[in-house]
Amino acid sequence: MRGEKQYSENRRQSTILFLIAAAVILAAVTVSGILLEERGMETDFSRTNLIPSVQYLFGTDWMGRDMLARTLAGLSLSIRIGLLTAVVSAGTALVLGTAAAVLGKKADAVISWCIDLVMGIPHILLVMLISIACGRGFAGVVAGVSLSHWPSLARVIRGEVLQLKSAPYILAAEKLGVSRFDIIRRHMAPHILPQFLTGMILLFPHAILHEASVTFLGFGLSSEQPAIGVILSESMRYLTTGKWWLALFPGLALVLTVILFAMLGERLRRLLDPASAHE
Amino acid sequence: MKLEARDVTFYYRGRKKAPVLEHFSISISSGERVGLKAPSGRGKTTLCRLLAGYERPAAGEVLLDGRQIRKYRGVCPVQMVWQHPETVADPLLTLGRTLNEAGAVEERLMDALHIEPGWLTRYPSELSGGELQRFCLARALHPAVRFLLCDEISAMLDLVTQAQIWNFLMEEAKERGLGLLVVSHDDALLEKVCTRVETMPWQT
Amino acid sequence: MIRDLSLKIRPGQITAVVGASGSGKSLLAHSILGILPYNSRMEGKILYDGELLTPKRAERLRGKEIALIPQGVTWLDPLMKVGAQLEKGRKDAGTKEKCRQALERYGLGADTEELYPFELSGGMARRVLIASAVTEKPRLIIADEPTPGLDARAAARILGHFRELAEEGAGVLFITHDLELALTVADRVAVFYAGETIEEADAEDFSDAGRLRHPFTRALWNAVPAHGFRPIPGAQPYPGTVSEGCPFAGQCGKCREECRRAEEIPLEPFEGGMVRCLYPERRTAG
Repeated sequence: MRGEKQYSENRRQSTILFLIAAAVILAAVTVSGILLEERGMETDFSRTNLIPSVQYLFGTDWMGRDMLARTLAGLSLSIRIGLLTAVVSAGTALVLGTAAAVLGKKADAVISWCIDLVMGIPHILLVMLISIACGRGFAGVVAGVSLSHWPSLARVIRGEVLQLKSAPYILAAEKLGVSRFDIIRRHMAPHILPQFLTGMILLFPHAILHEASVTFLGFGLSSEQPAIGVILSESMRYLTTGKWWLALFPGLALVLTVILFAMLGERLRRLLDPASAHE
Repeated sequence: MKLEARDVTFYYRGRKKAPVLEHFSISISSGERVGLKAPSGRGKTTLCRLLAGYERPAAGEVLLDGRQIRKYRGVCPVQMVWQHPETVADPLLTLGRTLNEAGAVEERLMDALHIEPGWLTRYPSELSGGELQRFCLARALHPAVRFLLCDEISAMLDLVTQAQIWNFLMEEAKERGLGLLVVSHDDALLEKVCTRVETMPWQT
Repeated sequence: MIRDLSLKIRPGQITAVVGASGSGKSLLAHSILGILPYNSRMEGKILYDGELLTPKRAERLRGKEIALIPQGVTWLDPLMKVGAQLEKGRKDAGTKEKCRQALERYGLGADTEELYPFELSGGMARRVLIASAVTEKPRLIIADEPTPGLDARAAARILGHFRELAEEGAGVLFITHDLELALTVADRVAVFYAGETIEEADAEDFSDAGRLRHPFTRALWNAVPAHGFRPIPGAQPYPGTVSEGCPFAGQCGKCREECRRAEEIPLEPFEGGMVRCLYPERRTAG
């Protein structure tokens, strides 16, 4: 019995270690990107179009900019936008999901209709439209991504709250005179919070990818900003001339970041899953 | 005190044509132990939920001393003990916290129900139905409670535990003048426990 | 934590395991099915058809040759209609027909398929669980508390179905706390106390307290409402908390010094049954 317990503690520990490592890597990328933004903008025509080497790990582009610095700066911007939009989206989801479950039939019908409506439109199209309507740029992208990513989480939270509302242990607590506030704090929050947190983290990869795609297509961040989408769309023009490193490394870095976030969310969900909560 | 259901009708939303209960009346006075017999699927649990104020009847009223049961605030004087205790304990809380939800439970009750102190730090998934049911009973026997609705509460328990719990509940009910509604399919048990036994009407 | 557990389930027979809540009965069922919680460990062997039943093999047989009728109604998915749960994702006409027949066998009409679990009464939910287990015609049926919440008639009907399944050659392991119910249908009865089998007897032995061998079995008999409704004081120790001596020592009226100190009390044949007691009760006339 003791051996088994240690095993599960190990599993828990390794998950926590992974979470910390992933968080540290992502934080390091974000910070270094901010610090390297200047360097990524530096042009030096004495070193244009260099193939990746020890000095320039990701090579340089046609204006002699260090691609490593540009990539990090781009990723950093993406992560920051992802963070902002995921928080706004998840917040919207929490408010609307709870409102749908608590405020009665009419509110539920209206909110559910909104959820279906937003989910019915392809994400990328919606992000583009909202971004254009908000005048593109930083504000446009943030508005576009935040306003299009909340429905699925809102639906999950609505379902969860509805189920909790009729859970016998909550009904019994009400009859025992436990106050509404205590019921929310003691019985509801611990069930909703894990769903909410993992939902929010799982929103990151989507938000980052959609920000990059919209920018790539030219409906998002302006080309002066060191965004990963900008880098990729510019690099496409040079791809045919054999400068593969311009698109390959930034693209890979983007994919890795997205995967890291997705794994982070997945692991966190397993850690917080009520079914294994007291492993 | 008197708990009564007057001419109560109940159906689930959208199923008006198949009411679970139709024009049903029952009354229980303090000190009475009323047994209720009926085959499964005849709305016994629904009746308990109505009497405890969990549901609102579509027609008729549920009154405690002439006042609607759903109007009572704070610890409701009518408590229901559920058939499946595992659904009535929050899976994320230790049983100690669940037990003391409405204030500390008297030591006396814990002893009489054989609740061991070691169980208080465990989670519901780590105890069996029979052990959980003892918690539910201790929690429901709050000092403000006057009526207890027991919906097949010992259907999950072994014979020794069943005999223990019922002997204790009968004692407790006599001492405090509690009114009990005892729902069970076991005629011999109702015979032993109740002061009067009612049969629910058949309806199809 | 169950220990020193031995049990044989023969095809064509209903073996009942009767024990208090918390005596480890559900663990027994789960260990056969290989779905023990990961924080548990098992020693000893389970043989099925003469071959070792490994968790892998159990997984393959589970749901087909070996079926479980679980204890809690929480095993039903609250967000799925009954029909869809029975079909387990298969949509072909054959499966649909089989499910409908299984429901019908337990007195549930076709309209039940359209209901969600919360709309079922306790008894109906149970019958749905049973129907879901027998749709595949299993050879070993493990029924973990299949009948609480059912009225006597419905319970008798379901136990009748167990008998039918046994007569068709299946082995039935009927796990219950309800001694009276077990006796109405079982061939052999094993009594559990604190995770140990303390007595194994033919069902007939329970017709009279004087034929029972272990003091706890006699206490069970006396607690039956119709036999006096007399409880013995105390609670069963949690399985695994008693490290030495007889686990029943705390509740036993006849406990002696040796009982508290004995290192291991074996399950031994005694007057036609098996009993785990240093001083088993002799048969008395009656």
